Amino acid sequence: MSVETTEVEGIEPAVVHPPRHAWSEEEVRAAVQAAIARRAGAASDPLQMREELIPILSDINQTLGYLPPEAFVEVGKQLRMPVSQLFSVASFYQMLSTKPRGRHVVQFCESAPCHVVGGRQVWAALQEALKLGPGETSPDGKWTLQTTSCIGICAVGPVLIVDADIYGNVTPAQVTEILAKYR
Amino acid sequence: MKYFRSHVLVCVDPECLSKGAHDVMDALNDELVAQGLIDEVQVLETSRIGDCAIGPELMVYPEGVHYAGLSVDDIPFLVEEHFLKGRIAKKFVAPPKVVTDEELGAPMAKEVRVVLRNCGKIDPENIDDYIAEDGYAALEKVLGSMTPEQVIEEILASGLRGRGGAGFPTGRKWQFARASKATPKYMICNADEGDPGAFMNRRVLEGDPHSVLEGMIIGGYAVGASRGYIYCRAEYPVAVRTLRIAIDQARAYGLLGENILGSGFSFDIEVRVGAGAFVCGEETALMASIEGRRGEPRPRPPFPAVSGLWGKPTNINNVETYANVPQIILKGAHWFAGMGTEKSKGTKTFALAGDVNHTGLIEVPLGINLREVIYDVAQGIKNGKKLKAVQIGGPMGGCLPEEYLDRPIDYESLAAAGTIMGSGGFVVMDEDTCMVDIARFFMEFTQDESCGKCTPCRVGTRRMLEILQRICDGDGRDGDIETLEYLCKWIKTTSLCGLGQGAPNPVESTLKHFRHEYEAHIYEKRCPAKVCKGLIRYEIVDACTGCTVCARNCPVNAITGQRRQLHVIDPNICIRCGICQQVCNFNAVVIR
Amino acid sequence: MPAVKSLEELRKLREEAIQKRKAKTTSGDVQITVAMGTCGIAAGARDTMRAVLDEIEANNLTGVIVKQTGCIGLCELEPIVMVEIGGQPKVTYGKVNVERARQIMKEHVVGGKVLSEYVIQSA
Repeated sequence: MSVETTEVEGIEPAVVHPPRHAWSEEEVRAAVQAAIARRAGAASDPLQMREELIPILSDINQTLGYLPPEAFVEVGKQLRMPVSQLFSVASFYQMLSTKPRGRHVVQFCESAPCHVVGGRQVWAALQEALKLGPGETSPDGKWTLQTTSCIGICAVGPVLIVDADIYGNVTPAQVTEILAKYR
Repeated sequence: MKYFRSHVLVCVDPECLSKGAHDVMDALNDELVAQGLIDEVQVLETSRIGDCAIGPELMVYPEGVHYAGLSVDDIPFLVEEHFLKGRIAKKFVAPPKVVTDEELGAPMAKEVRVVLRNCGKIDPENIDDYIAEDGYAALEKVLGSMTPEQVIEEILASGLRGRGGAGFPTGRKWQFARASKATPKYMICNADEGDPGAFMNRRVLEGDPHSVLEGMIIGGYAVGASRGYIYCRAEYPVAVRTLRIAIDQARAYGLLGENILGSGFSFDIEVRVGAGAFVCGEETALMASIEGRRGEPRPRPPFPAVSGLWGKPTNINNVETYANVPQIILKGAHWFAGMGTEKSKGTKTFALAGDVNHTGLIEVPLGINLREVIYDVAQGIKNGKKLKAVQIGGPMGGCLPEEYLDRPIDYESLAAAGTIMGSGGFVVMDEDTCMVDIARFFMEFTQDESCGKCTPCRVGTRRMLEILQRICDGDGRDGDIETLEYLCKWIKTTSLCGLGQGAPNPVESTLKHFRHEYEAHIYEKRCPAKVCKGLIRYEIVDACTGCTVCARNCPVNAITGQRRQLHVIDPNICIRCGICQQVCNFNAVVIR
Repeated sequence: MPAVKSLEELRKLREEAIQKRKAKTTSGDVQITVAMGTCGIAAGARDTMRAVLDEIEANNLTGVIVKQTGCIGLCELEPIVMVEIGGQPKVTYGKVNVERARQIMKEHVVGGKVLSEYVIQSA
């Protein structure tokens, strides 16, 4: 078959959903070391590795779903940085979470273009369907509801993101239907 | 229910009506009676079958045949052929509408494409596609025949100004960075396009990444930098991936790396992904973030050209600025300066959003006025509604009312009108928009994104948001407007960076142009646009057929009523989510 | 991908790229382009792309080139698919869901019939 195609693969997930359980110290350490190897593998001394701090934290955040306290301790050890400083960086960025998150992270674009084309109703329906407020995680550990800043696809707004799947042109009536796809 | 073997849908849009659609319909019915087919074929009204240019038009189902350009005299023949003999009357079949690339690709009226010229045309993941469109020809010209000074001279002469919003002349920036003695020097591309509703950079990065790379390499040559960073927000995963592919391909061709094209000039680029902080679009905050710190801005001077990334001379430009560079080098400064106004040259991309017929990205020459953009490029307001305001420049921009529509779009005119060019957000709002709600909305955004480093922005925006919130909730007090004005003034003048300095703009501009709406909320406890939840009530009127759809969809069970009877909303339970209104098929839910 | 070492080589490379592009449009090949910007993906372009590839495979079609491109600026009509057969003008379809994609593959790509009802009308 002479089909010449450009590879089409999934976009890099913004959020990966790990099985929800408490990570053991070994698992956290392994995740930290793997992240450092991936992101700062070439650098040998801790000072050089520090330039890669945010990519390293993002990497761990992706593997573990959030940044547990033990991760800060381990990163601090490897990069020779105080935990307070690491926490200060992590707490600054919206995508780095210091709290455990649900298996599925639902993000809703709260920006003006989505707001004026019916986003408000979708947001209300979403909170109602999940029985969660912004930033909350359901007690069963299944869902976390978050708002996201504009992802730039306003012409297909309102926009809803579940894990790495992006849904455009969402209506309030579709909310439960979309959520039902996730177990 | 009666069964018909065929349904004829006749377009009754104004244009078809003006061409006699109703006469055609009557003739159809008469002819069907005459030929004894009226029990088998039903004639119905519909709209928008085609573009009405060759009306009257109709569709016949189940065959799905589209007839157009019919007159009353054609009907007997059509009925006989199609419904009696069962043959398609070929001579009336509407020609298939094939739109060629030239018609579509799509410069709307008054659009000029420089930055977006390749978007949607080339495969962004194939460098050869870009090269075939004169890609890297500017780099070839620069490395083959121009000195760094000549490059800067060309950019200066073109009049190109920063497309990130502030509008600083790009050539001057490059001059400063070139003049700095320290090494190494860095080039940064600000791709942290965080303004809600603005996605022109996303489109360039996803659709034509090499134009940005080429612009950066040329800039790097001009200022004497050896390394570049593209700081892209994490909300753009597709753009990040496309950029990485583009960089790998450029490296494989040797267009990035050591000794580019045998010129002795070496330059490489790396992508850095943000982690979700709007303020990182501010240049000093952006550099802090690349260095692995909290993305907080710092006072300037020193400017990045003197002391930037890791304390070294750094040049920062926006995606769109870089994407303009190869074109300027290839076609000449004179060509570029031929577009725009005296002080604002070239084109600008805008992200059209909101209540207009055509949303999406556009690229127009600077100097065009707002009216042309809204009514010619964006094809007017949706659903025939009235325009209320245009919000330009993102969350730090202002809202302009109709009176400003004839102002030209250039850096100076927009600033004088109380808004900013910003990165190019362009949100059009119709009469159903509440301006207090919009102001509250933007304030919520900037308040949330304030990094907290300086007090006016951290505390001031919070106070403003609280006041706006209570006005929207129906608890506004006498004196709130004056307090807002006072806060606007001080936050603007005392904040550390552009975020705080611009944060009051939406409030200040709506106070100026839509003060009566604030007053209605505060003094009459009324939201004129019927948007603010605290000031509205949903009611079901007589049009209700008792279909129960609203009651079944109400998330809080606030609607009661028997089947086929008028339903009632309990205002004490109702959360004013509006779902009932959206699902009602009979327009029986109204806002009071 | 061999490295380009001089200005001369870059010029040659550009010539080749232009020739290659010309050859593609004159040889009678079918080129299908799916807009895969974030807007397209949000509107379902990934499913559309899968349907296109699936149809090619299921019907053993040859001489079909599938490409992707970025956002073409008509986000509200995404997913957008462009079909170009040989030297004929490019036809751009809007709101191409999976069913439409399959229909386009069967009727236009194989059957040569433009599905005018899905074609984006020029403004």
